[in-house]
Amino acid sequence: MTNPSRVRPAWGARTRTAPRLAPYVCVTPAVVLFVLFLLLPIGYALFMSFQKSQVSGLGLGAGARRQVFAGLSNYATELTDAAFTSSLLRVVIYSVILVPVMLGLALLFALLLDARRVRLQRFSRLAIFLPYAVPTVIASLLWGFMYLPTVSPFPPVLARLGLTMPNLFTTHVALLSVANIGVWGGTGFNMIVLYTSLRSVPAELYEAARIDGASQTQIALRIKIPMIAPALVLTGVFSVIATLQVFNEPQTLAPLTNTISPDWMPLMRVYDLAFNDNDVYGAAALSMMIAVVMFILSYSLLRVSNRRVFQGR
Amino acid sequence: MALTRTAGAVTPAPAGARERGRRPARRRERTALLPTAILLLGAVYCLLPVVWVLTASTKDNAQLFNTFTFEPNGSLWSNVRSLSAYAGGVYWHWMANTALYAGGGALLSTVVSALTGFALAKYRFRGRSLLFNLLLAGVMVPPVVLALPQYLLMSKVGLVGSYWSVLLLSVLSPYGIYLARIYSMSAVPDEVIQAARVDGCPERKLITRIAVPMMVPGLVTVFLFQFVAVWNNFLLPFIMLSDENKFPLTVGLYTLLNRGSTAPALYSLVVTGSLLSIVPLVILFLVLQRYWRTDLAAGSVK
Repeated sequence: MTNPSRVRPAWGARTRTAPRLAPYVCVTPAVVLFVLFLLLPIGYALFMSFQKSQVSGLGLGAGARRQVFAGLSNYATELTDAAFTSSLLRVVIYSVILVPVMLGLALLFALLLDARRVRLQRFSRLAIFLPYAVPTVIASLLWGFMYLPTVSPFPPVLARLGLTMPNLFTTHVALLSVANIGVWGGTGFNMIVLYTSLRSVPAELYEAARIDGASQTQIALRIKIPMIAPALVLTGVFSVIATLQVFNEPQTLAPLTNTISPDWMPLMRVYDLAFNDNDVYGAAALSMMIAVVMFILSYSLLRVSNRRVFQGR
Repeated sequence: MALTRTAGAVTPAPAGARERGRRPARRRERTALLPTAILLLGAVYCLLPVVWVLTASTKDNAQLFNTFTFEPNGSLWSNVRSLSAYAGGVYWHWMANTALYAGGGALLSTVVSALTGFALAKYRFRGRSLLFNLLLAGVMVPPVVLALPQYLLMSKVGLVGSYWSVLLLSVLSPYGIYLARIYSMSAVPDEVIQAARVDGCPERKLITRIAVPMMVPGLVTVFLFQFVAVWNNFLLPFIMLSDENKFPLTVGLYTLLNRGSTAPALYSLVVTGSLLSIVPLVILFLVLQRYWRTDLAAGSVK
């Protein structure tokens, strides 16, 4: 029948009595939704990315605009567009800043939650996880107001210390200001994931080290961090993917400053192209390129951690 | 009945927080000051914007710009009233819409995820691994990439701008299916399924009466994750909807802020609206704390 090394005995036993139809009935809704709202749109975007609108005659009337095959011209246009390449560079820098800071803090807090002799752990765990319950748009609104010198609570505090608040929306600082919102919103969730996997490390592992006189820091560095390495890799992969798709935070902050242009980040550029410039074809080509990059990136990143992540349970 | 009890034994133990406190080794050791201080600093950083919105929403527009924003004033109630009066009470429309999108979307999503996750975990059928891999790949497709063609297709069938355009697109959750699959693997023992079949239990009953009840704690988690995801969603409704009365809170407050950049008088409304918008989710999150089972996601990493 099937290769016995690949099939667990329980499966073989079940196939004898399992009905054939039931699994298909169960997965039908998901498959229908998947085809209608995922495969079809992707196919359609792919199709549109090779099309362009051609104006015939004077461009008046309903029939004046036709959709014609455009080859790779949409791709070429976008790839050579300076606004796009600079937004691409910007998002990479953004990710390189945000992910290590966020995961570093998440790991630090997770270790502190797991450490002995540290107080107020329950309160801190709740407080740090709380931003997860705040939508990114709302988080950006709140931080945006706190960045605005006129309503910010910081200038009076800084004035007491003899300092003035720097402009948080200058060309370079704006990236950090947006990254801060990402750190604020993402640290708690990752902290909980890491903390949970720390809790599953058997305590006996630490006992021996402690009896041998290892300090808490040594235990954390030499035992705990290596033990949760798979969880760290996984949170890292998902964080990189998520940060490269940043949209809500800069889009929300944009009304507060001119520094954040409508094409500041790649996904903002897609939106801008499709809905402000009415170039759905260019936007489709851009979407496809971003999708391919994302896919290659996540696939290769996941492959690295694959063996540990998807086996076992 | 006996079956459900078996499930209880197999269900993974709740997140370790509680047993932590009871551990006898913890009696009264000297407090580690520096680590505690660092942890508290993190907590303060995370609470800062929340405290700010609490105090800032007690200020009228003049106070918002002229007084120290961490110092509370007494205008919260009048702010709430002017927010409620704004554009014929559109804010409460947004609130109700958000509840509809998040509640309805998450409910449907949980049903679909439960069925699919269970089938992927417990049946062996042609195309099973293909489907699972496709769904996993689906997690990686950036929403923005989908949003544009979804918009174009929705406008072809005339659904753009309707409640359905947002609701229908909030149902499929590859992540939810993935969680449901992991959970049904551990929560529904193979022996139970076999015993039911030996007893002649029809497959439909096996799923609805035995498997799904056993999966409930995990499904609450799936529901919560999807609820938060839809509640937080901005891009999809932003693209799909143009009628202000159908906006969810995120889009509504965004447009309000946008108007505020030319009419700063609206800023106090945005601040108060932001405060009210996070209240339901914070309550949900505190009340259902034990269901925020990130160990489900992390469980696969163990």
